[in-house]
Amino acid sequence: MSDQWLLALAMLLPVAGALGISLTGRWPNLRESITLVTAAAVGVVVINLYLRLQQGASITLKIAEPLPGLPVYFEIEPLGMLFALVAGLLWLVTSIYAIGYMRGHHETNQTRFYAMFAIAIGSAMGTAFAGNLFTLFLFYEILTISTYPLVAHAGTPEAKRGARTYLGILLGTSIGLQLFAILITYSITGTLDFREGGIVKDHLDPAWAGLLYALFIFGIGKAAVMPFHRWLPAAMVAPTPVSALLHAVAVVKAGVFTVLKVTLYIFGTDFITESGANDWIIWFAGATILLASLVAMTKDNLKARLAYSTVSQLSYIVLGATLATQSGILGGSLHIAMHAFAKITLFFAAGAILVAAHKTEISDMGGLGRAMPITFGAFLIGSLSIIGLPPFGGMWSKWYLGMGTIATGQWLLLGVLLISSLLNIAYLLPIPIRGFFGKAADGTTYSEIKEAPVSCLIAMIVTSLACLVLFFYPDPFYALASQAAGVK
Amino acid sequence: MIESHLSLLLVVIPLMAAPVTAVLPNGRLPWLFATIIAWTCFALAIWQFSLVAGGNVISYELGGWAPPWGIEYRIDIVNAFVALIVSGIAAITLPYALLSVEKEIPSKQLSLFYATFLLCLDGLLGITLTGDIFNLFVFLEISSLSSYVLISMGRHRRALTASFQYLIMGTIGATFFLIGVGLMYAETGSLNMADLSTRLPAILEHRTVHTAFAFIVVGVALKLAMFPLHVWLPNAYTYAPSAITVFLAATATKVAIYIMIRVVYTVFSTGFAQDTPTNDMFLILGIFGVLFASVYAIYQRDAKRLLAYSSVAQIGYMVLGIGFASAMGLMATTLHIFNHALMKGALFMAVGALVYRVGSSRIEDISGLGRQMPWTFAAIFIAGLSLIGVPGTAGFISKWYLVLAALEQGAWLIAIVILLGSLLAVIYLWKLVEALFFREATEPDGPIKEAPLLMLIPTWILVLANIYFGFNTELTISAAKTASAVLGQVTP
Repeated sequence: MSDQWLLALAMLLPVAGALGISLTGRWPNLRESITLVTAAAVGVVVINLYLRLQQGASITLKIAEPLPGLPVYFEIEPLGMLFALVAGLLWLVTSIYAIGYMRGHHETNQTRFYAMFAIAIGSAMGTAFAGNLFTLFLFYEILTISTYPLVAHAGTPEAKRGARTYLGILLGTSIGLQLFAILITYSITGTLDFREGGIVKDHLDPAWAGLLYALFIFGIGKAAVMPFHRWLPAAMVAPTPVSALLHAVAVVKAGVFTVLKVTLYIFGTDFITESGANDWIIWFAGATILLASLVAMTKDNLKARLAYSTVSQLSYIVLGATLATQSGILGGSLHIAMHAFAKITLFFAAGAILVAAHKTEISDMGGLGRAMPITFGAFLIGSLSIIGLPPFGGMWSKWYLGMGTIATGQWLLLGVLLISSLLNIAYLLPIPIRGFFGKAADGTTYSEIKEAPVSCLIAMIVTSLACLVLFFYPDPFYALASQAAGVK
Repeated sequence: MIESHLSLLLVVIPLMAAPVTAVLPNGRLPWLFATIIAWTCFALAIWQFSLVAGGNVISYELGGWAPPWGIEYRIDIVNAFVALIVSGIAAITLPYALLSVEKEIPSKQLSLFYATFLLCLDGLLGITLTGDIFNLFVFLEISSLSSYVLISMGRHRRALTASFQYLIMGTIGATFFLIGVGLMYAETGSLNMADLSTRLPAILEHRTVHTAFAFIVVGVALKLAMFPLHVWLPNAYTYAPSAITVFLAATATKVAIYIMIRVVYTVFSTGFAQDTPTNDMFLILGIFGVLFASVYAIYQRDAKRLLAYSSVAQIGYMVLGIGFASAMGLMATTLHIFNHALMKGALFMAVGALVYRVGSSRIEDISGLGRQMPWTFAAIFIAGLSLIGVPGTAGFISKWYLVLAALEQGAWLIAIVILLGSLLAVIYLWKLVEALFFREATEPDGPIKEAPLLMLIPTWILVLANIYFGFNTELTISAAKTASAVLGQVTP
């Protein structure tokens, strides 16, 4: 019973927090305390859930049955736990960061911001713990809708346009393609349960498997596989904490997490390999990795560059899933965590630069690193982890993804991964290098610019240290990822 | 005692109450009286539904004349369900109506207004309950004539032309229906629907029967605003008083859908619709209805008109369900009758609240109101999600079954059309949401207050019902399932 409560709390606490936040909007300090307390509580809850899972507990929760045989049902399993752990732990860090950022940047409508943020986290938890595809889809949609006001936060024409693209593509793909795929799956199998080895195996003609799989992969627009990636750069009009946690961690990872879930528990890796469902879809993932990296190089706006970098990194995970091998799944799952810690650091740094120096374009940042050493130091660490260099956590996931391509003999894809790493170097490293060693175009020395607010710095230091620690001690995430992939 | 006359009471009470309401002095008394009557009907309808929920059939012989000679009221789960919706919506609309009607209708017409409202309710209930097809025609006319009057009471002068347009189209429809009934009577000598269904199979080859069928289907199609016979609907919904738009949008076309189901499935057999091109026609017109009406909705500049076109599209979904001629398809249609009443009721109520505050439903006039009327805006938002068919709302449930019904028959194209319709709904609803929330108010003369509680509470009851019936579908799905079984013997 208490275990079930723990599971329910993971999803209910953020919602309760959102309620508290909207009631205390008049007293900003009290409101921020509620955010922090809720975030900390959620962190404790997910850690406890993790410990219970590792003790072998099986925790399930069923709350309603809207359609006969399709309950709203939650279940703890390694992959979802991994996602929940990442999102839950990073929420606290992001909240600390957000307080400094939102106040430093004098944003308006902060109550709405914190409340919707909490609801978005709640729905990310629901996605993580969903016990069947129907529940997963339910929370996937709630996540889309609850993040819309956050993207449109500024209320400017540009923000509205971005938010419209955001919602249009995410709702469009989910209703037009994903729901269609879910309905087809249900009409041929009569169930939407997640099962080891998949559910479509005996019901689907292998010739159609590729098409259905493609409907899923493209329908899960949050995974941002090209050509359905436009929403992610569009979402960058949101305040930086949103870009950091939601559009580098919660929302996008909900997408690739769904891809992994569908691959593992709806199709089953064996069926995908036998039917060749991944034959051509895998090239979309490969192409996205390269193309998005190339586009990232052309972007001078820092957040836009990071957004395209995210698009590229997400396809690493999709690639891992579509390889449908143990090390592919392992690497993909691990990358959910590794990329999250690294990318959130980069976004934190980008936001700090915006708050402290009011700069958004990379070409304006020459010499800025000497004025903001901590921020640019954190950015450097994050970049190195994204590139996949030791001693940073990002190395492990790329390692296993590479192993996956070798195991299936996809040498070309191995090449894609290696070239992409080089591209990562080319578009990420110049930023800190320019910051530390470059000069401003007009010759200013930025003596008047100080570091970002303390809470922003704390958040950055925590996440960049995490990147380092995860190289030496990736255990919790590795354990969960290997359980999900079925590695003994 | 009451139980045995239940079905009759449902028709007699509003019929008797209407003239009483008409002679009551203007003021709030007629409203109070009409509200009590509507809630009484709702209570009786719930009772009646509980009696037939298991699949029983109540047969009531009017005046003790045995069918097929006398008029029979024949209640199975299908019409009990529809009667429940009609009386429930009437009961929730009337409390809402008080304030908006006081603002939109001249005060000396109030008692007449509520009297006509009760007549309209009576007509709709009568249609659902009667088992006699000529009697059905009579009630159809009662409800139609009273709705022409109600629509013409709208405060805009164009309400008169809208009402006149509806009058012409509606009368043509009713006439077609009557011609069909007359032809059938000439062939069989019977007007009782249950009796007709046993007599007709022997003479299905007759050309007269085919003609009768064609007349009836076209006549009813006019009343239910099936694309392309829908042209009366957008004007009627746009210019009618807000409360009337709520009531008619949630009930009138649904009852017409019920007539269509009854005629096609009970009176004529399913096989007949399959042998003739009827089902194909339903499918084709349903597809066109969904697509065209949704696209029209995107280009509307008036919120009520936008929702009216969306209604035409939603009717397209219901028509599709009929056209599938399968248990699953019928179930989807029955479910959508219920769910669409909930979502459109809530949407029109919320838009009515905007009209109450600013006196117009043109999008440029209601821009920016979302921030001043957050509860009304939230109601539009949530009911809109239900209209799109987002999971966790009632709208999702009916769409789910409709797509499954399409996939079951391998109709991939139709399944795609249904989902495409949802996407178009996203576009036109988002247009509304963005105008309400993000656009600047055009007339910044003083802050506009939130809608009065008496309007908000009924709106939110329907909004919450949209969510409740998105999670707890025990009532709706079991009712729809039994209904499709009763209509039944549907060949898959």
